[in-house]
Amino acid sequence: MDSAKRPNGLFRNKSAKIASIPMILTALVVFFGGTAWTVFYSFTGSRLLPKVKFVGFDQYERLWSSHRWMISIENLAIYGICSLVLTMVLGFTLAALLDRKIRFENTFRTIILYPFALSFVVTGLAWQWILNPDFGVQAVVRAWGWESFSFDPMNNPDIVIYGILIAGMWQGTGLVMVIMLAGLRGIDEDIWKATRVDGIGLVKTYVQVIVPMMRPVFVTALVIISSGIIKLYDLVVAQTNGGPGISSEVPAKYVIDYMFKAQNLGQGFAASTMMMVSVVIILVPWAYLEFGGKKRD
Amino acid sequence: MNLKTKLLSAAAIICGTSVGAVELEVTHWWTSGGEAAAVSELAKAFTAKTDHTWVDGAIAGSGGTARPIIISRILGGDPMAATQLNHGRQSEELIEAGLMTDLTEIAEAGGWKDLVNPSSLLDSCTLDGRIYCVPVNIHSAQWLWLSHEAFATAGVDVPKDWHQFVAAAPALQKAGLVPLAMGQQGWQQNIAFGTLTIAIAGVEDWREVTVNKNAEVAAGDSYKSVFEAVADARELARDSKVQDWNLATNMVITGKAGGQIMGDWAQGEFQVAGQVADQDYSCLPGLGINQVLDTGGDAFYFPKIDDPEIHAAQLELAALLISPEVQVAFNLAKGSLPVRGDIDMSSANSCMQKGLEILASGGVLPSDDMSLSADTTTQIEDLMAEFWASDLSATEAQARYVDIIADAD
Repeated sequence: MDSAKRPNGLFRNKSAKIASIPMILTALVVFFGGTAWTVFYSFTGSRLLPKVKFVGFDQYERLWSSHRWMISIENLAIYGICSLVLTMVLGFTLAALLDRKIRFENTFRTIILYPFALSFVVTGLAWQWILNPDFGVQAVVRAWGWESFSFDPMNNPDIVIYGILIAGMWQGTGLVMVIMLAGLRGIDEDIWKATRVDGIGLVKTYVQVIVPMMRPVFVTALVIISSGIIKLYDLVVAQTNGGPGISSEVPAKYVIDYMFKAQNLGQGFAASTMMMVSVVIILVPWAYLEFGGKKRD
Repeated sequence: MNLKTKLLSAAAIICGTSVGAVELEVTHWWTSGGEAAAVSELAKAFTAKTDHTWVDGAIAGSGGTARPIIISRILGGDPMAATQLNHGRQSEELIEAGLMTDLTEIAEAGGWKDLVNPSSLLDSCTLDGRIYCVPVNIHSAQWLWLSHEAFATAGVDVPKDWHQFVAAAPALQKAGLVPLAMGQQGWQQNIAFGTLTIAIAGVEDWREVTVNKNAEVAAGDSYKSVFEAVADARELARDSKVQDWNLATNMVITGKAGGQIMGDWAQGEFQVAGQVADQDYSCLPGLGINQVLDTGGDAFYFPKIDDPEIHAAQLELAALLISPEVQVAFNLAKGSLPVRGDIDMSSANSCMQKGLEILASGGVLPSDDMSLSADTTTQIEDLMAEFWASDLSATEAQARYVDIIADAD
């Protein structure tokens, strides 16, 4: 380090850089290489096995004229927006309630976080039974005497996606709540004292002081929830398997079904490329705002 | 000798006596009651007649669930020793890629060409003159299963064909029964569609569309009435909310539903439930209208494994599967028809006899698996799943069907 010239930045910390080469290579080959391979073969007419036989944009044309794909996109949009907003609001509200120094906080925290310990497959099956009209919620309420009560999302094509949403939120809200709670615990006690001295109301304190201070926590929660939304697959398979009909299909299931069941790799790759493109379209402007803005600070 | 060397020499003796005995993992999706009984016949015969061991690799769920698992294992370099598949176009590319064992030699030695009836079964195992699979049974999808108990409850006679069945439906509904049991899965709804097509549009038009992919015929009047009939059937099945086919069959067995359109594998379920054909239930091949059956079925494929002992055991299993005793035991349990024309099936019940008669009289069609690629089948199943579960109009469904047929390869 005491040589005459200042060493080139590239060669500083040589051993650390050499040590990280395998990781960088893995990332490049697995993530970028795999992605590029998928995009490349989405322009071919590959069936069961990948074949280099170009068909232009045929796979994409077929994809966007497929009813099942359109329904999948629509379902993912409904599920995504609802689960993003509701999980955030519910997670924060629950965390705020727990943060009010209530009795049995540990117990409540465990109960609410517990569903997160279950896999999506178990969650899906459990909710399939809970929402079954013959022995689930509907049957229980009817047994209480409300004979005309009807709640059967699993067999109604129009609202089946909300049945999946309920299950997804039941499973995921606990985690968001715990993240939010950690964020709330990180807020300095002096802030609370200051707002009390200034006589600011409780709700106003949360909305105008605490929430802006918790911005990094919200970003973390947002990333976790969004990645869960895009890859939504196993919950649907376990709970409805896309039914009734094709009314609860999701894009990830389209990809799997066309790659392996229909033995049409090209079509599956085209669908997964579209999933990636949609993620990129949402992610890039957001990442630019979130991280690109820091330079100006 | 201490204990260790004793154990080692004991192990050596055991190994020495069973030279060539290997474990063969066999994957299949036969998991319902009747199917499991049938597959245990195969395992029993294999263990009894050879030194090898049958390792059962049952995959729960229907073919749609199991096939991707099986294929990805073969492609991923972790092949099982033998696997069930529906012969036809599903395995075309696997064979082309050289992943399947060539069975031509034992097929010639066993004279399969003369035994297998109808010969189309062996043809769909053949690629470029080489044989790659053993057909084990013939399955036909065009059956209507009727519950005598349900029609007795409703106070009407058991129908003799589809038209009478539709006419009797209101009486069933009045008695609080579901006229048509239907599992809410695309492949089952597709079977009902295919069966109604053969019954209503006739064999000629069916062949023109399914085998020759003629979209004009699919857009024509005969298919128009097919889609209208399916739309009617959809109303009859409105209250049937089960998923799996055997649960739907169970509705017929217990008299909760009047009938079910399902392949002849449903027969195994009636048998397990202890019901007697023509007494507790009856069967109408071709919906009682057109006495033809398709000849799909199951076949066993043997993925290539680089081990001469396993290879030898694979060939032994292949020869065993088509042997007369195994054919009789297996098919009686499963309710399917044997692939050999030369064996005695007199112990079969009246429903199977009907099937055998149609087979002997030559009223056979190729199965969908032989004519349509998995891609086209999946698209049709998606369409059917949507059609049966929604209020999609018959005209709209037909238009989409025409598009699929026009794009089919």
